[in-house]
Amino acid sequence: MEALIALIVGVLTACGVFLALRGQTFPVVLGLTFLSYAVNLFLFVMGRLAIGVPPVINAAAQGYTDPLPQALVLTAIVISFGMTAFVIVLALKARAELGNDHVDGLHSEEDAAR
Amino acid sequence: MNGLAMHLPILPVLLPLVAGIVLLVLRNAPLALQRGISLVATAALVPLAFALLATASDGTQLVYKLGNWEAPFGIVLVADRLAAWMLMATALVALFALLHALRGDDVKGRHFHVLYQLQLFGLNGAFLTGDLFNLFVFFEILLLASYGLLLHGGGRLRVKAGLHFVVINLIGSTLFLFAVGTLYGVNGTLNMADLAVRLARTVPENLALVETAGLLLFGVFALKAALLPLHLWLPAAYAHTSAPVAALFAIMTKVGAYSILRVTSLMFGADAGAVANLLADWLMPLALVTLVAGMLGAVAATALRQQIAYLVIASVGTLLAAFALDSVDGIAAGLYYLPHTTLAAAAIFLLADPIARARGERADRFEAGSAMPGAPVLGGLFFAAAIAMAGLPPLSGFLGKFMLLRAALESPWLAWLWSVVLVTGLIGVIALARSGSLLFYRTHSTSESLPAPHAADWLPAAGLLLFGLGMVIWAGPVSDYATATAAQLLHPQAYIDAVLGGRP
Repeated sequence: MEALIALIVGVLTACGVFLALRGQTFPVVLGLTFLSYAVNLFLFVMGRLAIGVPPVINAAAQGYTDPLPQALVLTAIVISFGMTAFVIVLALKARAELGNDHVDGLHSEEDAAR
Repeated sequence: MNGLAMHLPILPVLLPLVAGIVLLVLRNAPLALQRGISLVATAALVPLAFALLATASDGTQLVYKLGNWEAPFGIVLVADRLAAWMLMATALVALFALLHALRGDDVKGRHFHVLYQLQLFGLNGAFLTGDLFNLFVFFEILLLASYGLLLHGGGRLRVKAGLHFVVINLIGSTLFLFAVGTLYGVNGTLNMADLAVRLARTVPENLALVETAGLLLFGVFALKAALLPLHLWLPAAYAHTSAPVAALFAIMTKVGAYSILRVTSLMFGADAGAVANLLADWLMPLALVTLVAGMLGAVAATALRQQIAYLVIASVGTLLAAFALDSVDGIAAGLYYLPHTTLAAAAIFLLADPIARARGERADRFEAGSAMPGAPVLGGLFFAAAIAMAGLPPLSGFLGKFMLLRAALESPWLAWLWSVVLVTGLIGVIALARSGSLLFYRTHSTSESLPAPHAADWLPAAGLLLFGLGMVIWAGPVSDYATATAAQLLHPQAYIDAVLGGRP
């Protein structure tokens, strides 16, 4: 299970980095989204993987799962959601202001195709 | 302690938040009312910061437990000397930048005052918090507000610079979360004092993980501080935004420098066992290279605001070189230099605005233009600001650099630090002298008539410079405070005891 989650985090990060390095704003936004998915999953498993145990300790419980990473992930999800919304609006504004969707706002068609 | 004094550490965080929300609700209210609320809320930060400075100056470390949850289970705010020092610098810069904004920059787009207050909320929170994840949250708050402020007023170049700024900072935030997650996974805590205790007891099999997380954190803070090679976002962003925002952003790079200082002194300091002095090999060379690159950029700049942006990068280099000395004198020199460089950079950003307007179409580009109206006043102020920025006597930049050079006498980096600081100082003087003579002397008379600058255009910048002068006149008490702050930072056990209440 740990290996599977680690693989997923790794693949998501790799995709995110690759897309974030592209020249158009849309892949960059997608890349940032992938990166935030990867980090949210990573934060979540930092409390260790546990199945069927309560988050709050009581006398009868055999063990417990750490509730704090879940709170952290919730915060991180909200923040990354807000940031994604903002960067999409900004990318649309850049597309409108600069006339193309290249991150450097290149002007000619050949430049934009690169 | 009575009621209000007990809640003193949280007031600089709450006040801008409440003011921001009130301003958002009153967004259709008359402009004068909005400006009044914003101005009162910002001005009130100065006495609050002063009260915290007075409380912290005897070595007290005020710990504010949010919701009265005991550390390390709850989030704490810690107002020690360093936090109070940073709050004071922020409050002063924010007040004068806002006074400049009231001249008309605040109506060029919507919600300027709301974003401004939220930016202050994030800045003050980042300086006060004693919790690593909370630091991340305050970073996000100040960044989101800064995105809005950066784009305030719109325009092609601003949107392009803004896009780069936003994307690189989002990636920085992701790396921050990876670092925080790794530290939590290994140590099971996010309270900085508790982390300091646990990091010192790192077992060998976790050492690589902890070092990775620590260096990742350093990378994120270096990005915020615009340390080479992570400085490329800064010049375009600062040069193309509006003057009051650029002036306020002078404190933003210092947030990164503050975080580096806080984390290295508390969590990776000399007492940190296996992870002690984690950044020692990295900080000094990177700081010196940043200083050189910033000054070369300042020489090559083609416009005044671009030049100041490069000087901001150079000042970060000087600042971190001082912190990298890792001695009481070195950190004290950095802490004296920090408010000086923030005030001077903010003043010169605020001056660039009336200068650019007085030059008509040429704005702040370095090319010969017509004689500008009000040149004696603007030129005089520019001269004073340039002296402060270049670190020449009699202004505070000279004292800061002098303290730095003196502190380096015992360091193995002596030769490198002296030669780099002195040579870049000379380059800075040349760059500023060139821009000053181009802007003010290489002029020809034309029939083009531009309005003379109003006194209110340059008074905020002059006010900031007066504070720089004050730092020279009261250099004794100010440097004593900086030295005491440095001593407090190098003995983190007091901080840990204050937060954890003396428990192991």
